[in-house]
Amino acid sequence: MNYFNQDLASLHADLVAKKVSAKELTQATLDNIKDTDTKIDAFLNLNEDAALAQAAKIDEAGISEDQPLAGIPVALKDNIVTKGLTTTAASKMLEDFKPVYDATVTEKLAAAQMITVGKTNLDEFAMGGSTENSAFKPTKNAWDQTKVPGGSSGGSAAAVASGQVPVALGSDTGGSIRQPASFNGIVGIKPTYGRVSRWGLIAFGSSLDQIGPLTHGVKDNATVLSAIAGHDDHDLTSSTQAVPDFAADLNDATSVKGLRIGLPKEYLADGVSDDVKAAILAAADTYRKLGATVDEVSLPHNKYGVAAYYIIASSEASSNLQRFDGIRYGYRAKDVQNLEDVYVKSRSEGFGDEVKRRIMLGTFSLSAGFYDAYFLKAAKVRTVIMNDFKAILKDHDFIMGPVAPTPAFGLGDEIKDPITMYMNDVLTIPVNLAGLPGLSLPAGFSNGLPVGMQLIGRPFDESTLYRAGYAFEQSTDFHTQLPTLGGQN
Amino acid sequence: MANRITREQVQHVAGLAKLEFTDAQLDAFTPQLDDIIGLFETLSEVDTTGVEATSSVSDQLNVMREDVADNWGQSEALLKNAPDAARGFIKVPAIIDESEDNE
Repeated sequence: MNYFNQDLASLHADLVAKKVSAKELTQATLDNIKDTDTKIDAFLNLNEDAALAQAAKIDEAGISEDQPLAGIPVALKDNIVTKGLTTTAASKMLEDFKPVYDATVTEKLAAAQMITVGKTNLDEFAMGGSTENSAFKPTKNAWDQTKVPGGSSGGSAAAVASGQVPVALGSDTGGSIRQPASFNGIVGIKPTYGRVSRWGLIAFGSSLDQIGPLTHGVKDNATVLSAIAGHDDHDLTSSTQAVPDFAADLNDATSVKGLRIGLPKEYLADGVSDDVKAAILAAADTYRKLGATVDEVSLPHNKYGVAAYYIIASSEASSNLQRFDGIRYGYRAKDVQNLEDVYVKSRSEGFGDEVKRRIMLGTFSLSAGFYDAYFLKAAKVRTVIMNDFKAILKDHDFIMGPVAPTPAFGLGDEIKDPITMYMNDVLTIPVNLAGLPGLSLPAGFSNGLPVGMQLIGRPFDESTLYRAGYAFEQSTDFHTQLPTLGGQN
Repeated sequence: MANRITREQVQHVAGLAKLEFTDAQLDAFTPQLDDIIGLFETLSEVDTTGVEATSSVSDQLNVMREDVADNWGQSEALLKNAPDAARGFIKVPAIIDESEDNE
């Protein structure tokens, strides 16, 4: 059964017309994952029996036209908790952890009658940009299995790009949805901070984390974001702002005419590869042809984003990860004689190197004598970076630029060099620091690997990003190109 | 190497974070952390005089709610996640032993 080239609206139409049942669609998805995952390694855990049972129930009740996501399979990054379904955060620490509750997004997907088919691989606790920091296995890029899929939502991105699932959820603390979307030639959004509840997302950097969807197309992405967004009493940083039907305005008449776009010169600076620059400049021309204006603007403090981020995110992580102490759940070291040993040995054996590095950096930045010079300074630089964005977005509708300085790099190429790895996030991190929405979508190719474009908007203005993304998609064909490995291609 | 952080400091921070490293790990981590702290120090180039620190970008401020107890009734499932449990309690090694008494 081939549905790889179908969007959600067309899958929905087939389900309503009973051309395919939810159970058939779910079974085909599971079969396809089993066929292709030997090469992609996107999944850590399948939810086979429960998914098929849920699909059968949905078929029995029937799918009506006002349930656009009913019966559609979805995969969840394995740092989003699912009741009774093992959730590991790709860490040995949580290898056998079975959550006793569902994340709010998990509940919302279930309420929309989407079918969770499995949990996808990630860098351990979402710390990394290549999915090589998974304690279990590295995921491979859908386009070239010698390349990384990006990270930390590499499993979700590769699963969607290779046609294993039409939709996956990821999380983004410093680029972890946008960069893997870019590396795999698909669409991913990091919503405005507070747009989506973080309840049940295993916390990394609480002032930066957001959950968002990864899909083949812009409209599909908009449909899923509307389903998972909204205020939640369980997450008091979630916003009470109304959630629009983001997909409703996307149609043949969608236009960017009259919009003002800012293109920061720092986003085309040294370190950004020529092919990536060329793709973004071509995209700027496309927007001009569509009637928008594109101005060169400046984010003068952009280069300080990486340093500020690795202090703030690591500090928050060192605090959040204190809960993994070997007592109530998770890994406990064997043969320990006293409580201190339970803590120290369980943590030292349960966490991988990158997680330890971040805990160390955070603990150092927060420790007596260093707090002012590191954590407090970074929190102030964060304000300066936010002000740079505010100044541009005052008279520009959105900002455009690359997602990552290069296309996907080789497996094993950068994992030994933390600073090189951290610098890959230079174009995505500032967006998290400022809490703004960022959309990543296909905008070109470099030696057969996808190149992504990033659109950054005003707080809670995902609508403009989707509109601009959709208009771009309508006038280009990058999103219609699919990897040859695709399970159903 | 600029020696922004010494091996002894790395060990001290590890103690604060309830982590321990072997000598070989310390050899690898110390220069890496030193390089990254060097990156952190570039922030001193930014003039932040009079700039307020940002700790949250949420648009929600001081959200209040009633403090109501809620029984999830899942003690059994919770205990199943514990590494060791008995009779409805989580089991841990002795909290105080002789080696700690001597410290």
